[in-house]
Amino acid sequence: MALTIASRELDGVTVLDLSGRITLGEGSVQLREAIRDLISKGSKSILLNLGDVNYIDSSGLGELVGAYTTAKNQGANLKLLNLTKKVKDVLQLTKLYTVFDVYDDEASAIASFK
Amino acid sequence: MTNPKAGKLSFSLPSTMESVSEIEAAAEKLAAEAGIDEDERFRITMAVREAAVNAVLHGNDYDPAKQVTASFENNGKSLIFTLADQGKGVDWENLPDPLAPENLLRGTGRGIFLIRSFMDEVHFRQLQPGTELTLVKHITPAPEQSQAS
Repeated sequence: MALTIASRELDGVTVLDLSGRITLGEGSVQLREAIRDLISKGSKSILLNLGDVNYIDSSGLGELVGAYTTAKNQGANLKLLNLTKKVKDVLQLTKLYTVFDVYDDEASAIASFK
Repeated sequence: MTNPKAGKLSFSLPSTMESVSEIEAAAEKLAAEAGIDEDERFRITMAVREAAVNAVLHGNDYDPAKQVTASFENNGKSLIFTLADQGKGVDWENLPDPLAPENLLRGTGRGIFLIRSFMDEVHFRQLQPGTELTLVKHITPAPEQSQAS
């Protein structure tokens, strides 16, 4: 299943609801373009809701890292919300869980940007 | 493709992302037929997918003239996945550690780490030309593991 990305605004935070797989050829490019688009439009607070992402490969992990560093380099904050067990396991295994701010509920995540 | 139940499943595919998906699906099917639970199937399938991506992308560089060959087998004790490309080869033993602090924010370099993490055995063999990876997942405990538990 390819990645779908829906965008919404909440209290000054851009929430991207991702659904599907983030893998080479099936979502990594879409994610990269979505983040670049947000950054170019001046978004400073970006929350990636991964609640419906059931698969991520090494390329997808690279895109998450790329999104994080792109945001940081542009003075923006990028955080993660609602990791599925599979995605969380892979992030922990690769120590990327320590890199990202990760939240389990949306209200806390939104509040953390203030 | 042949039926995995009939023995070894062997196939040769072009260097495309469609081939990666086909290889991934075949690995998932073999693991499911072996009765592997969902979490473990996810790890096996991801490892095989990473190996297929390596073969198609890093090995064959999407060259349509080069093939990826694969053979998958359930020998009753282990699932064995062998994938080979026709590329120029990689020094697999000296890849940067993706967990090192200086590499954590790199965009690449986690594929082989994931393969090694998710499989029980990983073997590399240099071909002329190309590289062959053999990934092994034990489906029955090894004797020493049984004694230890």
